[in-house]
Amino acid sequence: MNAQQYDRSKVVQIVNSVITKMDSTSGDSLRALSTELQSLGNAIERIKSELAEARTGEVKDQDVPTATEELDAVVTAAKHATDSIMNSCDAISAAVAGTSAEAKVGEETTKIYEACSFQDITGQRIKKVVKVLHEVETKVGQLLHMLGHGDGARKELIARPVEDMRQGDDKLMNGPQLPTNAMSQEEIDKLLSSFD
Amino acid sequence: MSVDKSMQVLVVDDYSTMRRIIRNLLNQIGFINVDEATDGQQALGMCGQKKYGMIISDWNMEPMSGLDLLKGIRGGNNDNKAVPFIMVTAESKTENIIAAKQAGVNNYIVKPFNAETLKGKIAAVLGPLG
Repeated sequence: MNAQQYDRSKVVQIVNSVITKMDSTSGDSLRALSTELQSLGNAIERIKSELAEARTGEVKDQDVPTATEELDAVVTAAKHATDSIMNSCDAISAAVAGTSAEAKVGEETTKIYEACSFQDITGQRIKKVVKVLHEVETKVGQLLHMLGHGDGARKELIARPVEDMRQGDDKLMNGPQLPTNAMSQEEIDKLLSSFD
Repeated sequence: MSVDKSMQVLVVDDYSTMRRIIRNLLNQIGFINVDEATDGQQALGMCGQKKYGMIISDWNMEPMSGLDLLKGIRGGNNDNKAVPFIMVTAESKTENIIAAKQAGVNNYIVKPFNAETLKGKIAAVLGPLG
């Protein structure tokens, strides 16, 4: 059997076995080593216990799917709300058409339309969050699978970044950037004009 | 000479709210003949059927993105090969702007935007709106 295929219980069993053998040998260095190995055994047991308390299985099977559904519901509700707001704008505009209030009302409804674009932006941001949640879901699944194979594998899992599997122009579709990363319209205009 | 506002305009966005916002803003500027498409593929099909005076498109759509639509139009053999094309998108990284420019975009608006920005970019592409 490959060493990485040992489960946690097997590792604990081996460590305890080594400790028992080493306890029968005299010498300070062996006692120190024995203490270290004892700590290792305790650490593994603690990880097992913490994992059980963290209910990682529930995160994968229940929490992430629920959160995703909630976010989808936010998108749907926002869409209905904006549709309703714009319907009212259209009705108001129609009601004042041809009157002295038409220009002023038109100006204000334009501002409302502009503000309604939040639905598109928040929708795209939520899509990104849902994607991250799915990545968390995958990571938790990997964690559950790999933790049985020792602390080294766990460190490897945590250190490994999520690989972007997209190819070509697909890599350019990243949705709205956070304000600190986003280019302003002025910066975009400047960049575009640099091509002329 | 001002722009002929009776021209056909195509608005492409997968969010119906955004299509409606752009349509309303276009109507207020004076463009009344506005068609809508929900993604690049549908828009490309429409471009094979009708000549447009301007296309305003989102980038991030499926199954066909706005960038692929732009490439399809510029690389195709149709009446819309040279149509003024404005990208209206939340994609705002430098590489996006460069890729869009290389594909032949005429102007680029980052979301969220306001009516003045849209009007200004349309005028920059088509000429004085009068």
